[in-house]
Amino acid sequence: MSGVYVVLEDRGGRISRISWESVVAATMLAAQSGAKATAIVIGAQTEALATEAATKGVAKVVCIEHPLLAQYTSDGFTTALEQFIRAESPDYLVFPHSYQVRDFVPALAARLGRVLIGDVTAIGEGPIFTRQLMQGRLSGSYKSAGVGPSFISVQSGAFRADGAETGAAEITTFAPTIDAAQIRTKPGEPFRGTAQTVDLGSAPLIVAVGRGIKEADNLPLVQDLAAALGAELAASRPICDNGWLPIERQVGSSGQTVAPKLYLAVGISGAIQHLVGMKGSQCIVAINKDAEAPIFEVADYGIVGDLFEVVPALTDAIKSARQ
Amino acid sequence: MKIIVAIKQVPERDAQVRINSAGKWIEEADLQFAMNESDAYALEEALQLKEKHGGEVIVLTAGPERVGTTIREALAKGADRAIHIEADDLTQRDALGVAQLLASAAKQESPDLVLTGLQSDDLGYGQTGVIMAELMGVPHASLILHVDKTDTGLTVKRELEEGWFQNIELPLPAVLMIQSGGTKLRYATLMGIKKAKTKEFRKVSASELGAAGASTAVLEKITLPQKQKSTQIIPGSAKEAAATLVEKLKFEVRVL
Repeated sequence: MSGVYVVLEDRGGRISRISWESVVAATMLAAQSGAKATAIVIGAQTEALATEAATKGVAKVVCIEHPLLAQYTSDGFTTALEQFIRAESPDYLVFPHSYQVRDFVPALAARLGRVLIGDVTAIGEGPIFTRQLMQGRLSGSYKSAGVGPSFISVQSGAFRADGAETGAAEITTFAPTIDAAQIRTKPGEPFRGTAQTVDLGSAPLIVAVGRGIKEADNLPLVQDLAAALGAELAASRPICDNGWLPIERQVGSSGQTVAPKLYLAVGISGAIQHLVGMKGSQCIVAINKDAEAPIFEVADYGIVGDLFEVVPALTDAIKSARQ
Repeated sequence: MKIIVAIKQVPERDAQVRINSAGKWIEEADLQFAMNESDAYALEEALQLKEKHGGEVIVLTAGPERVGTTIREALAKGADRAIHIEADDLTQRDALGVAQLLASAAKQESPDLVLTGLQSDDLGYGQTGVIMAELMGVPHASLILHVDKTDTGLTVKRELEEGWFQNIELPLPAVLMIQSGGTKLRYATLMGIKKAKTKEFRKVSASELGAAGASTAVLEKITLPQKQKSTQIIPGSAKEAAATLVEKLKFEVRVL
């Protein structure tokens, strides 16, 4: 048994922000047994990543290095980490809950007869891991059981990355054995979708619309509101999935991340995939018919009511106030 | 291509959920249920692949008696036949336990392709497809928006974070986890609904598929989430609330 490990992710040659958040989570978890976490970086050449990781208050940094790990593949990363885990028998492995982690850690855990407790928002004594259920309407407390390492991934924004300490940890290397034939998928280079012409990130005021608008024909309601406010129009994923607004107006984990002065959410229930893209806004106003919608958990002001009545009334009131 | 689509039935999106007396799950008695949204996209992708390349689409669902309605819906939309794994204890199984059931039923069919949705709208583990691939010993890709069949297997379009994408080539058989929004969902036609009644609908009990191991991720308790902010709920009629909000926007938020 040898403690808490945190697996960091490379984003354009640097450690990703959410990885730092998972260091904070791992440090909290390790502190429950009076220890420090060990960081793991994975790749073909990990020196720069390791040097960066070594400054963040971890006990040690382990570089899992192999030429076949140059680009992420589920098979490559699963094989490499499986060998490391069998050699080191960690108690806990903490990951950022990124798209990449979602793609391979469930398989890695299953290979070891274990299950990932994913998208964790809080870690309590025990340890007890909290994660959301029913699209954020409920919260579940999980415990890890049985023998073997526990796999945890932490939700973006749930742990504050600026809390990470500084230090200079020792760096060691682990060389897994990987055969090219073990990697069954062939990943291409990442590419951007359509050229982005709307920069929601720099908009000071945003009116965002969600599923509650019901039909594309009802969109002028929120377009009028946005126009009256002088705000950019944004949307949650289902609106863009339906093709009612272009994907460049999508806010959330698969769209843009925004932090405007005002974010006015109309008919958006507030699934976590949306919240991660806007919860940093300075002021959040939510209009929703469901008083229990998760959007009200992050809103500063809320109106519980029928948007088809509230939105036109609000547009009129703003127009009068502007006169 | 022989395609299996794993589909989950979940509480309807707008359902008012209440925590049950044991505090371990929700009160299911008066809930309405529906097909999980990203699973509907997985089914659509399967039906489109069949239309292009021929073959068969098999719906695979685990759950209690009530999931039959969701299976009928999938058959009415065009799936050819269905397998219902009868299990009343899904919420007590962890993601590995459920994937074990689905994978062992899927293996018996030797499919070319298994599709699942990305994540369920109730438990939201988002792991079923990836674990199934591991248990079936086949490659996988997740967050898939588009599937092209090639001479050697598949080329799929995978969604990355923040508006980026990536194409991935993989051989068959394989498992794909489908992201919502890649296709337009179809509705069941009257003819489809009629035909669905005559399609093969096989039931298999969970115990026939092997004993379940103990959960290693145990859901101990369900609670209402803690508020991250104290929200001022603005009362009154639509007009009154709108007027109050404008005051707040003007004098407190200072954006008007």
